[in-house]
Amino acid sequence: MSDKKKKKLTPVQQQYHVFAKAREPHRPVLLNCLKAFFVGGTICLIGQGVSWFYMTYFDFTEKTVGDPTVATMIFLAVLLTGLGVYDHLGQWGGAGSAVPVTGFANTMASAAIDYRSEGYVLGVGGNMFKLAGPVIVFGVVSAFVIALIKTIWLTWFQGGM
Amino acid sequence: MRRGRTWTFPNKPVIISSAAVGGPFEAQGPLSADFDILHEDFWLGQDSFEQAEKKLLEQACERTIDKAGMKKEDIQFFLAGDLMNQIVTSSFSARTLGSPYIGLFGACSTSMEGLALGALIVDAGQAEFVIAGTASHNAAANRQYRYPSEYGAQNPPSAQWTVTGAGTGLIAKEGKGPSVTSATIGRIVDMGISDPFNMGVAMAPAAVDTIEAHFRDLDVDTDHYDLVLTGDLGRVGHRICADLLHKHGLNIPQDRFGDCGLMIYREDQPVQAGASGPACSATVFYGHILKEMEKGNLNRVLMVATGALLSPITFQQKESIPCIAHAVSIERMR
Repeated sequence: MSDKKKKKLTPVQQQYHVFAKAREPHRPVLLNCLKAFFVGGTICLIGQGVSWFYMTYFDFTEKTVGDPTVATMIFLAVLLTGLGVYDHLGQWGGAGSAVPVTGFANTMASAAIDYRSEGYVLGVGGNMFKLAGPVIVFGVVSAFVIALIKTIWLTWFQGGM
Repeated sequence: MRRGRTWTFPNKPVIISSAAVGGPFEAQGPLSADFDILHEDFWLGQDSFEQAEKKLLEQACERTIDKAGMKKEDIQFFLAGDLMNQIVTSSFSARTLGSPYIGLFGACSTSMEGLALGALIVDAGQAEFVIAGTASHNAAANRQYRYPSEYGAQNPPSAQWTVTGAGTGLIAKEGKGPSVTSATIGRIVDMGISDPFNMGVAMAPAAVDTIEAHFRDLDVDTDHYDLVLTGDLGRVGHRICADLLHKHGLNIPQDRFGDCGLMIYREDQPVQAGASGPACSATVFYGHILKEMEKGNLNRVLMVATGALLSPITFQQKESIPCIAHAVSIERMR
């Protein structure tokens, strides 16, 4: 906990935090990282397999194969979400299942399923982006900032873009 | 009568009938035999999880009344609460039941809040038959509190699993069954914990506060009860609670101190630190414990239901979690 937050607590509360902390199970961070690495890696491996499949059996190049691959991965993730498999993968694999494009598809599909009982417009439509929304907002904002930094760097320090 | 913040009930209201209803996950647990109704379908054949939760409470009420050989018109008051916004599960069930109704909110402490108030009403001679109860549904609670793992998030080891179920009891002026002898009303204890994945830790001090008050007010020994059972502290909270009580010099024998959150599910069910939700203490008490008392395995039980009184908004606004615990003592009269 941050020091700022700690200052707001009374001495009794602070004492309890120390008392409780000693008895709490810790998140198995290292194990979680390893699991995330393998789950994320496996998802990407499957994606790579899909790419090869499209390049070998269809008329795609390394440049154009991205779109059908992503579409296939999204389809698989949505299917697994609908079948109730993806959440178990999420609990086991943590960030490994959340970070790739499949995780993004999962957040949208699960929100859409979740709010089905409130109707198509206010339920599904209104809440589908509930979790995906922040990802889009901050993804776009950070992409903009990075692009700005790159532009400034190239223009002023490298002498032209 | 009142001693400190403990009500004692000289007229000894009786729990003449009770019922526990559970879902598919509860059916796999070790207490499955003590449920009156177990559902295979997580949806209970309804269109939404909220409706399923309502169905759970309605069925528990219906079964409780049936078991007592009564009709729903005989019920004079219905006391219930739940976790939904505006406690709709309880109000909608009260609509079905048709009896005069008082809605409660005590989060997971509602089971004992209802039983304490029900006993008070009956003891005071204001009613002969009162039903108290509560319900929760795992998916409905997840939707309410917004951290479902269906969204691909990972629950830490201190997280708990909301019970799908309902428990109700019929409190009567006289009849066959265990008596409600006293109730200690909790006060809010907030130790500055703000992590909703750490409810057990947040609620443990509230349980300690109420248990201490109960033993102090009634001036009884720690081995007075065959069992002191906390509501849903889970693995982490229960240990902290036991250690805190020990630290404060209140040594309840280890084999007489349990937690409902550690009883409903098997060790290998993926529930992290244990069970939670209003239905946790309600189904264990109105199902398992009352049956054990009937069999004569338990004579005196102190039920301490703990509740975390947060809302999704206060959590997002980074407020800490105010917690409460209500204790009710139930005794088998010989």
